[in-house]
Amino acid sequence: MTLKEIKELLKAEVITGEDSLDEEITFAGGSDLMSDVLAFGKPGILLLTGLSNSQSVRTANIIDAKAIVYVRGKQPDEEGIKLAKEHGIPLLSTKFMMYATCGLLFSHGLPGVSDLS
Amino acid sequence: MSDECVLSQKFKIEGGNFGNAGKASTSIKEILKEIGIDPSIVIRASIAIYEAEMNVVMYAKKGIITLNITPEELHLKLEDEGQGIADIYQAMKEGFSTATNEMREMGFGAGMGLPNIKKNADRFEITSIPGKGTTLDIIFYLNKTGNQ
Repeated sequence: MTLKEIKELLKAEVITGEDSLDEEITFAGGSDLMSDVLAFGKPGILLLTGLSNSQSVRTANIIDAKAIVYVRGKQPDEEGIKLAKEHGIPLLSTKFMMYATCGLLFSHGLPGVSDLS
Repeated sequence: MSDECVLSQKFKIEGGNFGNAGKASTSIKEILKEIGIDPSIVIRASIAIYEAEMNVVMYAKKGIITLNITPEELHLKLEDEGQGIADIYQAMKEGFSTATNEMREMGFGAGMGLPNIKKNADRFEITSIPGKGTTLDIIFYLNKTGNQ
């Protein structure tokens, strides 16, 4: 699934990374807890989170996440957007809550990080 | 083991400065990538040092990371000055945490940090003196392949 398809499915707003929407996303994982993201994250993951401060972007960069989708309409802070631009990490924001966001993506065929063998 | 250092660099961490939290780890990751360390080691080392850096930001006054690379190993040493850890055995248990609400708002403090550092490292040593500080040695072997 491309980031563009994900954007449309989640009716998401692109905060930064408009030129990376053709990127292919193959799995995702969701958590507000960065400690958990660091424990389960794998390179290439689409990170779904409700944590909107800059640590979400730092964490995404550390684990080589492909992009971040903020749920429940959350918007990253200035520092987060700056960091994301620096490291080329697209940021999207959707109005859907975490449960619905995960459900929509999963039911459209995007596996979770735990489904990877 | 050879003492011959290919690269040695120090990074300062300021305790309580949540705005800068993760900066040192991000720089370390860039360096490791640049000098061509195996990507699977880069990611494990980045995760481990980021967790460790967050611990300093959350709990200590200040800390210094020393990155040493020899042909055989990548050694991240983190020495902090702060409250230290009274019971390391307990702190190593997943889920054990003394985090404040501020730390949790940053997405940390779930009691996963130290266990996750250990999980990612090839060798991990921790010593702590309560009231003084904590020292971590996080080591990755560079000649081993097929790790993870």
